[in-house]
Amino acid sequence: MNIASAVILCTIVGAVGAIVLVAAAKFMAVEEDPRIEEVASCLAGANCGGCGYAGCADYAKAVVMDGVPCDKCAPGGPKAAAAIAKIMGGEASAVEKKAVVQCQGNSEHCKPSYDYKGIQSCAAAAALYGGPKTCTFACIGLGDCTKVCKFDAIHIVDGVAKVDKDKCTGCGACANICPKKVIMIDAAGPRKPVVMCSNQDKGPVAMKACTTSCIACGMCERTCKFDAIHVVDGVARVDYDKCKGCGMCAQKCPKKIILFPLKDDPYPPKPVVKPAAPAAAKPAAPAAKPAEAPKAE
Amino acid sequence: MLVKLAAIFFSMILVNNYVLVKFYGICPFLGVSKKLDSSLGMSGAVIFVMLVATAVTFPLQIFILDPAGLSYLQTIVFILVIAVLVQFIEIFLKKYVVALYNSLGVYLPLITTNCCVLAVTILVVDDYGADVATLGFAAAYIEALVCAVGAGVGFMLAMVMFSGVRKRVEACDPPAPFKGLPITLIAAAITSLSFMGFGGLVENLFNVTL
Repeated sequence: MNIASAVILCTIVGAVGAIVLVAAAKFMAVEEDPRIEEVASCLAGANCGGCGYAGCADYAKAVVMDGVPCDKCAPGGPKAAAAIAKIMGGEASAVEKKAVVQCQGNSEHCKPSYDYKGIQSCAAAAALYGGPKTCTFACIGLGDCTKVCKFDAIHIVDGVAKVDKDKCTGCGACANICPKKVIMIDAAGPRKPVVMCSNQDKGPVAMKACTTSCIACGMCERTCKFDAIHVVDGVARVDYDKCKGCGMCAQKCPKKIILFPLKDDPYPPKPVVKPAAPAAAKPAAPAAKPAEAPKAE
Repeated sequence: MLVKLAAIFFSMILVNNYVLVKFYGICPFLGVSKKLDSSLGMSGAVIFVMLVATAVTFPLQIFILDPAGLSYLQTIVFILVIAVLVQFIEIFLKKYVVALYNSLGVYLPLITTNCCVLAVTILVVDDYGADVATLGFAAAYIEALVCAVGAGVGFMLAMVMFSGVRKRVEACDPPAPFKGLPITLIAAAITSLSFMGFGGLVENLFNVTL
């Protein structure tokens, strides 16, 4: 009897709730711009949050209602941007974004400072004296980025993460999870130089830590005619708005850590590993144009 | 009566603060307290939902669950009611009070699963359900509603205070193992410790026994 009344009560409460909600949804429905749904269907639907909105639906709404640029869906790429632009009646201005690992400290260049036997995760290793490499800014190489990548586009090769440019959608999941923040997301396109180091130590310290490190000598800064490369916090950073892609900095860099991937590059960047990543760019220059490095495989 | 209501209100804010003394709603407390405006938005939504949820569940308990001898169904029925309510409020606000809908934004649906709201509705029944017999339903109902608003304002106080604490914590440089969440939890513990100091304050201030 008791059980019966309990079941009945719950059913009644549930049913009343359901009726109220259905009625509310019906009578208080807000007419939304039908374009919102159309835009949402063009997006990748991964809800990755790379666009900076809470999800695909949220971004679609922002595009239609607030006129947010249509090229923010990284996984969808230019295709999605073009489709959205068609719906919104504008032009697509999409540049493809890719992840870039700004570190080349593989086993040849950056020796282990201790033998790490703990949990196989970069976050855990980073908590122990800044990671098991002599350079505390280096890619730890335990593959947190590999685990988080939904597109199988980033892998550890000889202790350093490398991005598969063909698969990378530039969603930024790897950059967010990386405890060392060596992964940048930027547009890959026209050829621009890429600084392949994140070490912020002073010259001598950086030089001891890794043989392929930026020693902040400022040679690139003095070489550049366009005021487009500067040593900031002990590491060279390219301002892609100003960079004209002449490649002088890459030529002059005494440590050859600036990659400048011209097709017939007279000064090929010492391929330490096969240059890890597509291009690198600096977060400081978000609007930045792109840089490109030789293909990752 | 007024004195007692004031005492209830302030005791919910200071002495029985839901977040810092009773430890309910810790997830939004840690999750949304990073920025002042998001913590204010969340608290506003919580106050609103707590009030409406209590307004519905208190009579439900007194007039339906208790007479039918089904008080043990409290938890599940209240969850159901709160979930429906939040959904309904969302639809309603979207249609009629667009400004409020936009400012509460994503926090409103989040509250459906906030233990703080369920705690308020259940504890209010525990505390003031008995008053129905002695003071009559209307008086007990008002007490319950004041208590719910007080709990919400207490939540807001905790959130706003802690977003300030967090700003300081983020600016400092703790030892590596404490960086991030650990130091935040320690800061939360110390904030909570300071609230323990309010014990007994309200009873003596208003000369009432709660």
